Amino acid sequence: MSAAAAFRAAAKQRILVKDGAYGTMIQAEKLGEADFRGNLTFNHDQRGNNDLLNLTRPDVVRSIARQFVEAGADVLATNTFNANSISQADYGAESLVGEINEAAARMIRDVVDSADDGRQRWVAGAIGPTNKTLSLSPDVNDPGYREIDFDQVKAVYREQIDALIRGGIDFVLIETVFDTLNCKAAIMAALEAEVVLRRELPIMISMTLTDLSGRNLSGHTVEGFWASVRHARPLTIGLNCSFGAAQLRPHLAALARQAETLVMAYPNAGLPNEFGEYDEAAAETAGQVREWLNDGLVNIVGGCCGTTPAHIAAIAEAVRDCTPRAVPDVRSTTLLAGLEPMVLAA
Amino acid sequence: MSDFSSAAAGARFVNIGERTNVTGSAKFKKLILAGDYDAAVSVAREQVEAGAQIVDVNMDEALLDGETAMATFLKRIAAEPDIARVPVMIDSSKWSVIEAGLKCVSGKPIVNSISLKEGEEAFLDASRKVRSYGAAVVVMAFDETGQADTKERKVAICERAYKLLVTDGFPAEDIIFDPNIFAVATGIDEHRRYALDFIEAAAEIRARCPRVHISGGLSNLSFSFRGNEPVRRAMHSVFLYHAIPAGMDMGIVNAGQLDVYDEIDRELRDACEDVILDRHDDATERLIALAERYRGTDAAEVKKAAEWRQWPVRERLAHALVKGIDEHIVEDTEEARTLFARPIEVIEGPLMQGMNLVGDLFGSGRMFLPQVVKSARVMKKAVAHLLPFIEAQKEPGSDTSKGRIVMATVKGDVHDIGKNIVGVVLQCNGFDVIDLGVMVPWPKILEAANENDAAMIGLSGLITPSLDEMVTVAEEMQRAGMQRPLLIGGATTSRAHTAIRIAPAYEGPVLHVLDASRAVGVATALVSDGPGREELVHRTANDYRALRESRAGRGSNELAPMLEARANGFTPDHSEPSPRPAHPGLHSFDDWPLKDLVEVIDWTPFFRAWELAGTYPAILADEVVGESARGLLADAQAMLRQIIDEKWLTAKATVGLWPVRREGDDVIVLDEVRTRLSFLRQQVRKRSGRANMCLADFIAPKEEDWLGGFAVAIHGIEPHLKRFAADYDDYRDILLKALADRLAEAFAERLHQQVRTKYWAYAPSEALTNEQLIREEYRGIRPAPGYPACPDHSLKPLLFGLLGDRPAGIELTENFAMLPTSAVSGFYFAHPEASYFGVARIGQDQLEDYAQRRGIDIELARRWLRPNLD
Repeated sequence: MSAAAAFRAAAKQRILVKDGAYGTMIQAEKLGEADFRGNLTFNHDQRGNNDLLNLTRPDVVRSIARQFVEAGADVLATNTFNANSISQADYGAESLVGEINEAAARMIRDVVDSADDGRQRWVAGAIGPTNKTLSLSPDVNDPGYREIDFDQVKAVYREQIDALIRGGIDFVLIETVFDTLNCKAAIMAALEAEVVLRRELPIMISMTLTDLSGRNLSGHTVEGFWASVRHARPLTIGLNCSFGAAQLRPHLAALARQAETLVMAYPNAGLPNEFGEYDEAAAETAGQVREWLNDGLVNIVGGCCGTTPAHIAAIAEAVRDCTPRAVPDVRSTTLLAGLEPMVLAA
Repeated sequence: MSDFSSAAAGARFVNIGERTNVTGSAKFKKLILAGDYDAAVSVAREQVEAGAQIVDVNMDEALLDGETAMATFLKRIAAEPDIARVPVMIDSSKWSVIEAGLKCVSGKPIVNSISLKEGEEAFLDASRKVRSYGAAVVVMAFDETGQADTKERKVAICERAYKLLVTDGFPAEDIIFDPNIFAVATGIDEHRRYALDFIEAAAEIRARCPRVHISGGLSNLSFSFRGNEPVRRAMHSVFLYHAIPAGMDMGIVNAGQLDVYDEIDRELRDACEDVILDRHDDATERLIALAERYRGTDAAEVKKAAEWRQWPVRERLAHALVKGIDEHIVEDTEEARTLFARPIEVIEGPLMQGMNLVGDLFGSGRMFLPQVVKSARVMKKAVAHLLPFIEAQKEPGSDTSKGRIVMATVKGDVHDIGKNIVGVVLQCNGFDVIDLGVMVPWPKILEAANENDAAMIGLSGLITPSLDEMVTVAEEMQRAGMQRPLLIGGATTSRAHTAIRIAPAYEGPVLHVLDASRAVGVATALVSDGPGREELVHRTANDYRALRESRAGRGSNELAPMLEARANGFTPDHSEPSPRPAHPGLHSFDDWPLKDLVEVIDWTPFFRAWELAGTYPAILADEVVGESARGLLADAQAMLRQIIDEKWLTAKATVGLWPVRREGDDVIVLDEVRTRLSFLRQQVRKRSGRANMCLADFIAPKEEDWLGGFAVAIHGIEPHLKRFAADYDDYRDILLKALADRLAEAFAERLHQQVRTKYWAYAPSEALTNEQLIREEYRGIRPAPGYPACPDHSLKPLLFGLLGDRPAGIELTENFAMLPTSAVSGFYFAHPEASYFGVARIGQDQLEDYAQRRGIDIELARRWLRPNLD
């Protein structure tokens, strides 16, 4: 049975659990520049280059992943949110993109495979949005200007995806999508990589909302977003980051009604406090997530910014006896989209 | 949240907007070729607002780089949420253009189109790319042998394409078939079944190919009836009435050009149905015969026209306001008055509701100025009817006004068409406008503002000296300690002048308002209590400061010293001096036949005066403003007939042709007093090979040469304007002023022609069409004082002195504006190389030199030449 088939089968039985955040966990380690840099040579300060730790402090990353496994996570993401050549260029580390991704994937594969409790777990290669946008002009006086084009973004993603595949991921996780067109470039990169791979490369897609009206930065509503990425036939569609679980609920409900695939959501630990820290207690996050479950909105839940192994353990506990969302059969409708969706009756 | 729930119900028929298509819209094509993407984006916005559910974008034009144009336009509309909310249809016959578009669209678009034209492999290859970009696709019923015309071919090709696509994994629900709509009623027998074939094929394709959609472009169908809109609309509506139930669920169609099936005239509907369903052998002949009866009418409108008189009075009032129909307004207002307890309630209720609707339609670009002015006329008449009743009740007219605005054309200036238009539009939007008229000195403006507790003051002007006068008004407002906003408008004003010269003179808000359509937004924001006011005032002040700073910091074009500029003067071939005029001296014309002038009217500026953008005659067919333009032209021509038949106006002119001698940049007229005409020379440093031009360059440097002068004016407008004012008729008031302006310009053109061929006769055999005249394809120029080649208005007294006492019956104001307002004056230069140019900026050295030549003090010269000085 393929990884995707096994995943779908398990998701029919129970609510699956995704891991929590690397970023805020690494922050808590209070690492110094030397930790980030390791014995590599750079022209830039490497503090904050969390993705580089896959090479320079693999022990830190491995330990975080282990803690999430122990907390009950079924899906483990790689620590590669910014491991693309656009984001790494800010650190002068773009030449290491291949190495970082391959090492990151190999490590999580190993963490998952070496957990000897008899449970199947899956490795999701995390692809972040980059810090460039294909849909918006950075120049307010020239709305037609773009910093980058579709083919460039696609090539950047392709490089990252190929390296993650070499490291042994099960799925590609396109996450924190603030620009739908960036996501479409990532989808095309994954589809093209799949052709070369000659086996299924399942895609997980997770959008992030930038305002409470329920749109991402490029202006798409969740339903408009779904229409725009449905051609990827993703294994999961969902939301992450954005706000806390409570604020995500109405948008998740809209998506759950529409999408004929599994829904995955992983919120932040509430909203950040005035110091930029997430201080929602594990029990509280789990309580909010529990409300989604009662309404049958999700199939996979996990945590984003600020969530710790304690949060994931509380979530895993909360979902234990819940019925997973039933995937609706809506395949035959035609969906088009601008920023908003348009449905054509069959 | 989005309106997903309603959209989720599923649309039964989807209108695809057709206007952002260079192959279908001449207007859009022009905008794209000119690179005017701002205006092109507006076209997209208008059609979404008009109900298009999908926007079709096509850039297939030989003169365009289609890939770049497609990408640029799609990126631009992506930045407009009110357009980008709907899906895009990327329409091209070139795959590279389609792919360039796909790379810019973030939603899920439709590709239009792919086909089996180049065989199965190319077809599948394209479809896979479409799929990987996440788009739906239109598949044309077209195969290796050509376009499908019969039902059987349409069905066979679509079914073959369907099987190929679905087998290859393409989602069936993302396939849209276009089985080709061809023209019917062409008189060719093979074409008779075209519509029926489409309808029957649609049903068959839907049955054989589950989950697909059917689309088509409707305009082809009625191609035989080009120019007969009522028949075309009826044919489209009848066609859809049958095609939709058969399975057609999308179409490229102008949503505004469909009639409701049940409301189509029975006879016309039956005739269309006979053609579309091919029910009789002579169906085409019968429809063609019937069609002539509908040409120029509009079935829906005619029917509506009869119907609306039966509606309840409240709806009749709204209809009359929106349509600008004043025929029944007094009786309707009277009827409404009897229904309300107090007459004021008629104004506050139905009339204001109607005017708000007009304001909204104008604000969103769905209604244009001529209609708004007509609506205002209806409103004024209704209010005039109610006023005596309101006063009889001694009711303090409860104040529904948004605010009072004092408006004036400044001292020394007499032009007021633009100001009147702005006034009317503001009144339509609930403002109380106190119009002080023309030539208003500043004390009167300030006094009126104080007495009426005006919320703001609006100043207008057309001639350049008015710019200085506006600065004076601003300074006096500052001295008086006023804080109310000052709005600046009029043809000669600009954002730059307002920012650099007027705004620093007054601490209150100063705003340049480009045209009537902007005036409402600005005035509304200024009277609001909310943050909108502060935001506008601050933003404008900041913009103006930035503009001042950038101007101050900008190294403006370098000026050459006066002597150097003069040395680089234009040296045309003077070997053959202008011939001696056939009839030198003065010639006066007291009553030129108006009929002769009507032929040479240049209509383009007439439409511009009404804020309708476009060139005559193309503007009449414009998709956006065409209807407005046609209505306006019809009204204008009706009035012109009255002007001529009833002899409302008199055209007077004076021409003078004099021997002259050149002296540097001056031209000396060889009359008794040796009148010296001083001209200005371009001083901005030129690239090599380009001269620093001066009008004097067109006069021979040494030997005697000839110069002409002229003045034309249209007299007799006042009693008619008074009549219109008494009738609360702003529409006819503005129409007459605009026509008089056009007649004056036409007269100047006609007179120039007469001078060239007859009086000076240097081109006796010239034969030009009206278009050639408008394009000035003749020898010689007629520059006017106050315009770019000759920017000093103060040459007018000298010119008028040469032309005799009050030439053409014209008087000059202290700032050299001409009365009557519809007047033109200028010089004639006959040199074959004479051409128009702009003097632009001049330096301090030329200013001093000019003052000396004119024999005036430097301060006076500075005042006159202010617009050309730093």
